Amino acid sequence: MMSRERNLATVPFWIKGLLGIALVMQLIWHQYTPSPRVSIKELTPPPSLEIVKSLSLGDPISTAKVLMLWLQAFDNQSGQFLSNKQLNYQALELWLERILQLDPRAQYPMLAASYQYAHVRDDPKRQRQMLEFVYQQFFADPEHRWMWLAHVAILAKHRLKDLQLALKYAQAITEHATPNMPRWAQEMQIFILEDMGELERAQLVIGGMLTKGNLTDANEIAFLAKKLEELEQKSQTVKQELQK
Amino acid sequence: MLRQIRTLAIYVIQEALLTRFFAVILILLLLGFGLTAFLGQVAIIERQNIQCSLLAAFLRLSAVYAVSLFVITSMVREFNGHMLFLWLSLPLRRSVYFIGKLVGFTLVFSCVALIFSLALLIYAPYQQVSLWGLSLWCELLIVTCVSFLCVLTLHQMLQAFSAVVGFYIVARSIEAIQLMAQSPLNSQNLWQDQLVDGLIQLLAMLLPNLERFTQTGWLVYHSGNFNDLIMITEQTAVYVFLLMIMSLFDLYRKNL
Repeated sequence: MMSRERNLATVPFWIKGLLGIALVMQLIWHQYTPSPRVSIKELTPPPSLEIVKSLSLGDPISTAKVLMLWLQAFDNQSGQFLSNKQLNYQALELWLERILQLDPRAQYPMLAASYQYAHVRDDPKRQRQMLEFVYQQFFADPEHRWMWLAHVAILAKHRLKDLQLALKYAQAITEHATPNMPRWAQEMQIFILEDMGELERAQLVIGGMLTKGNLTDANEIAFLAKKLEELEQKSQTVKQELQK
Repeated sequence: MLRQIRTLAIYVIQEALLTRFFAVILILLLLGFGLTAFLGQVAIIERQNIQCSLLAAFLRLSAVYAVSLFVITSMVREFNGHMLFLWLSLPLRRSVYFIGKLVGFTLVFSCVALIFSLALLIYAPYQQVSLWGLSLWCELLIVTCVSFLCVLTLHQMLQAFSAVVGFYIVARSIEAIQLMAQSPLNSQNLWQDQLVDGLIQLLAMLLPNLERFTQTGWLVYHSGNFNDLIMITEQTAVYVFLLMIMSLFDLYRKNL
């Protein structure tokens, strides 16, 4: 069978020479080109939902996934790692919101807000902003987003030492509880109230839970009844100490 | 007539094999797996969902790109090599020629839809993958018909492919464009706004809503159902019929 290409020797010598020169020129050009400079780009707010949707070519879910990975990698620019403090949190919040609008069932933006971006050292303002974002987004889908709100309630209690804020989040979980939500998440507010010294309010919450008749697990009923008893005793002790 | 259609279809399949079309498809498949494997490493949670959605999006766009280019280059070669004149000099009706070619292209892109759907079985249940695959098949049928029509009308590869890309982008985004036009921020009082709005409405009426086709959500959240398939099949039947008649109209008008 005839070969599709002729022998190398058939190529004129001047073409081979020029090929070598062209290759060397390219290498020299590259050598003298200034190396890429590290310039940190600031995170700017996202375009409107309509524009993002039209650019997604009718595939908002894939677009949301790509945008989330891009946003997550934004703090790594040209080999430099930015701290969360260097990020524009207003724009960040808008991006997270936009991604959730594109893919409402995604959990990734909620995880990023409550774990990755809520951890800003010595910057409670930004921490609170992310906690509040999770709180606001929880109401759009309590069934699938309660665990993120439970996590930020714990952050508010232990990291920010803001029991009022933790109570607000815990109460939101209880008020929007669904049958698939675990009981411990709904009972978080009891322990926060106890830590706040609001013993009577905690007793009222437990009393409400027991009288509503929603509880079916015997162990859980026994646990709550025992807790109620403990709180009553604790409350009595406090009252007696105050009277003394 | 059936023998003529079969002969034409076989020639299209032979052309696909000779031009190594399926090698390109396999390379695209490997690229898709490579890309999703890389992005899967970056993800902290929802790794499977992310890989599945990105692979599906990549494969869908790759299929549209490869199939439309194959149809256009095949027909341009037919024009430039004067094969079309040769075929039509035989006792062969133009409509038979058109159907034979279309059947050939359909067989080729059916293999593409099948290969890409099988690849997605790694990430999603077979029911949802079947729905996605059938929807991709319908989408590719529309794209094939549009490519055929564009190449019959425009004859040149660059123009025809640009027209197909334009059609696909607008058909995929028409719902979002309509929503943008109806936004309360847009004033409807000026005649220019009303003109643009009317134009968008007209476009929406003339284009198939491809946004509802081949949805990634089916694979990721298993939300697809039989009703989706019925809607897609109906839309495909109506639109492909329109495109076929338009192509035949153009083919019969040609002074060859």
